Amino acid sequence: MALAETETAIEPRPRAAADDASDTFPKLLLQNARVRGGRPAIREKDYGIWQSWSWAEVARRTQDFALGLAVLGFQRGDKLGVIGDNRPRLYWAITAAQCLGGIPVPVYQDAVAAEMEYVLDHAEVRFVVAENQEQVDKVLSVRERLPRLEAIIYCDPRGLRHYDHTALTPFTEVQEKGRAFGAAHPGYLEAEIAKGSGSDVAIILYTSGTTGQPKGVMLTFDNIIQMARSGIAFEGLRESDEVMAYLPMAWVGDNVFSFAQSYCAGFCVSCPESGATVMTDLRELGPTYFFAPPRIWENILTQVMIRMEDAGAVKRWLFKRFMALARRVGGKILDGEQVSLGDRLLYALGRVLIYGPLMNTLGFSRIRIAYTAGEAIGPDIFNFYRSLGINIKQLYGMTECSVFLCIQPNGEVRADTVGTPVIGVELKIAEDSEVLYKSPGVFAGYFKNPQATAETKRPDGWVHSGDAGFLDESQHLHIIDRAKDVGKLQDGTLFAPKFLENKLKFFPYVREAVAFAPARPFVSAFINIDGEAVGDWAERNGITYGGYQELASLDPVYDLIGTCIEQVNRDLAQEPHLAGSQIHRFLILHKELDADDGELTRTRKVRRRLIGDRYQPLIDALYSGRDRAEIATEVTFEDGRKGTLKADLKIRDAKTAPIPTTIEPLRRAS
Amino acid sequence: MQPAKQIGEVVLHADNISLSFGGVRALTGISLEIREHEILAIIGPNGAGKTSMLNVINGFYHPQEGTITYKGSTRRRMRPHQAAEQGIARTFQNVALFRGMTTLDNIMTGRLLRMRRNFLWQAVYYGPALKEELAHREHVERIIDFLEIEAIRKTPVGQLPYGLQKRVELGRALAMEPKLLLLDEPMAGMNVEEKEDMCRFILDVNDEFGTTIALIEHDMGVVMDISDRVAVLDYGRKIADGPPDAVRANRDVIDAYLGVAHA
Repeated sequence: MALAETETAIEPRPRAAADDASDTFPKLLLQNARVRGGRPAIREKDYGIWQSWSWAEVARRTQDFALGLAVLGFQRGDKLGVIGDNRPRLYWAITAAQCLGGIPVPVYQDAVAAEMEYVLDHAEVRFVVAENQEQVDKVLSVRERLPRLEAIIYCDPRGLRHYDHTALTPFTEVQEKGRAFGAAHPGYLEAEIAKGSGSDVAIILYTSGTTGQPKGVMLTFDNIIQMARSGIAFEGLRESDEVMAYLPMAWVGDNVFSFAQSYCAGFCVSCPESGATVMTDLRELGPTYFFAPPRIWENILTQVMIRMEDAGAVKRWLFKRFMALARRVGGKILDGEQVSLGDRLLYALGRVLIYGPLMNTLGFSRIRIAYTAGEAIGPDIFNFYRSLGINIKQLYGMTECSVFLCIQPNGEVRADTVGTPVIGVELKIAEDSEVLYKSPGVFAGYFKNPQATAETKRPDGWVHSGDAGFLDESQHLHIIDRAKDVGKLQDGTLFAPKFLENKLKFFPYVREAVAFAPARPFVSAFINIDGEAVGDWAERNGITYGGYQELASLDPVYDLIGTCIEQVNRDLAQEPHLAGSQIHRFLILHKELDADDGELTRTRKVRRRLIGDRYQPLIDALYSGRDRAEIATEVTFEDGRKGTLKADLKIRDAKTAPIPTTIEPLRRAS
Repeated sequence: MQPAKQIGEVVLHADNISLSFGGVRALTGISLEIREHEILAIIGPNGAGKTSMLNVINGFYHPQEGTITYKGSTRRRMRPHQAAEQGIARTFQNVALFRGMTTLDNIMTGRLLRMRRNFLWQAVYYGPALKEELAHREHVERIIDFLEIEAIRKTPVGQLPYGLQKRVELGRALAMEPKLLLLDEPMAGMNVEEKEDMCRFILDVNDEFGTTIALIEHDMGVVMDISDRVAVLDYGRKIADGPPDAVRANRDVIDAYLGVAHA
């Protein structure tokens, strides 16, 4: 390992995670090929059929590719960019780089060329493995500004035949070269793999960066393997589990859930046919262990509800009747609490008539453990799935700690907490309510960014999470917001914007919300409507519209959103901490907030500051008492072109709820 | 990055074709050559005879005069099924799919001519018939992958948006493994993004399978971008034929399209 990568670590790495035979992924792969060589390791749906590769085959193909990389000149410490949707070959490329002591750097596949350029340049990538023409084109378009980049290896040759092939190589050709090289140099790769150890950097994952440029988080094999094993032990995962890999490979969760844990527990991971077929593939596959961010759970629920609205009267009545029962007793049955015999029998009937068929339609029939994390999940959404009997749980963590800090133990699952610390993790809440932690999964450092590393990993050994939260009496952690976003109104009332936004987003009609207040007299909000849900609502109410922008400007839609906000205000009035931060004014944005415009991160978190700057005239209008505001924004199309979008937006006042006199609004001590 | 494409021999030669419906002359003495592996665009104002020309090529219409030489044999009358058997496939100006059938089944119908077992065998669906079905299904799946329509594989085409229906129709034509593909306004009624997709598919078909393509299109940007040669019809006559740049500069074409100032 070159010195440059390790010098940013401020403390020596802790002891090895495992015995030498299984302390890196290449070694685990060899072990799996020996122990369960015939079992399926990875699947991909291709040409309409699930194609599988056994552990022995994966080991062979990975090794061929690793040897091929060596032939191309890939050396210890080199970085390999990996760009594309979840594909077996890209996962093999990750292990292949690790075989040679190199470091894979997965890149978000929907990033535009300029974002890719930043990561590939900052990570000093020499070789790139790209899935297809789309990704190759993006890399080629910035290639001149990447002097270190030597070769682009592509998986799917379609459309690339006439490209200049001096720097382009097909994946299969690299494997062939590797096979020939391996035959001529027996034992070469085994020796390379044996040189690797648990304290080496296994991967660099660029955080999506809610603020500033993305940072490259260096995780060691020990970090990832230890945390993966904690998770496996905690949930009792085994080699017969089924997982679908469909979240971006550049996200730490995918690396742990569909790569590391598969290597450690030996279960099979399946890659969907394409992004558009995820739901059908999910249904065919029926995973037993499934991760989805709240947004996906929410989308699934929205679709179920929309389809139920269109169902016949009998079905609608049955659905309503049994879902009410499930809401009452389903969660309790799942948690093993006491429920009357009559309700149990009714619930069993409901399972035959409604819950079972519904779960089958969604692909959740076999699910044992489901996770959600990344954002707060609406209690309605969370309870919907639990009431059906799906053991959905929340976890809390981040890239810097190799995904988990806390997981909800079975039987202690609630919508408003994120669980208790997993084995080996210590938590502490700082004075300013920031969550601090120590864990075996704590990253080695940010790549080439010692300053940021020092700000996060403090000399006293505590790592700063950047999130504000508190531990309740049962040691469950509650997260309220990003620590730096928690602010105060002019009169000192506590204001946690994300808390409000999440409450708004729990309505199916609201896709995104941004609340503003710091140092202002009251809270106001931007709303992004969900084009699909609101469109459907408009259709059913006989409201015609030409497109998203027009839909967003209609008075009935403003009324609809207004009632959502009133509801949130009524809820807030009951919360002692936050009763003073009710939403007074709002407007509906004319365009969807978009990651391509930099308004959301690639993991779809709101970039508050950037939005504040870009829509400054709108914010001014919200606080000036005007009822209209004009705005011109720059938009980026999917092909990278830019255009300007102008709009004249309405601003509305929202009804606020009276604060019950028994509750004294909490003022922050100054 | 695109090297010069190898354009081969003449595969289809229409010689002095004239077609009239009663007193209406649709085509007057048109001669047209289609060369192997090229993309030929047939353009012209409305009513110029473009679709009639395609219909003559694949045997829907029988011209009163003139002959068509395809693969070395010359004939005046060719029935559509003969054209299909000889590797001429086409799509239609107004989508002509089986609306109640899925994408998969629609494309599968494109394989019918290539199925060797009779329908009794297929009804039994056992042994050789099953094996044949599997081979055809695999071929269809490759087309689905090629056209990136995996997500709508099992969706009845009647429920699909127009742009996707056009793509399914192209898929069905491709299922025949045609040597010559006739596309009648493949991009009509599409938005810019759908058009770009369709252009990419047409170029990819031409490139990956070496299929010769003759297409009718109104969008001049598209025509100039993707075709190797452009033939211009006006009032049933051919007024120009050549590479896109030459045609663009041709006086007669400009007049036909933009109208002549009769001042």
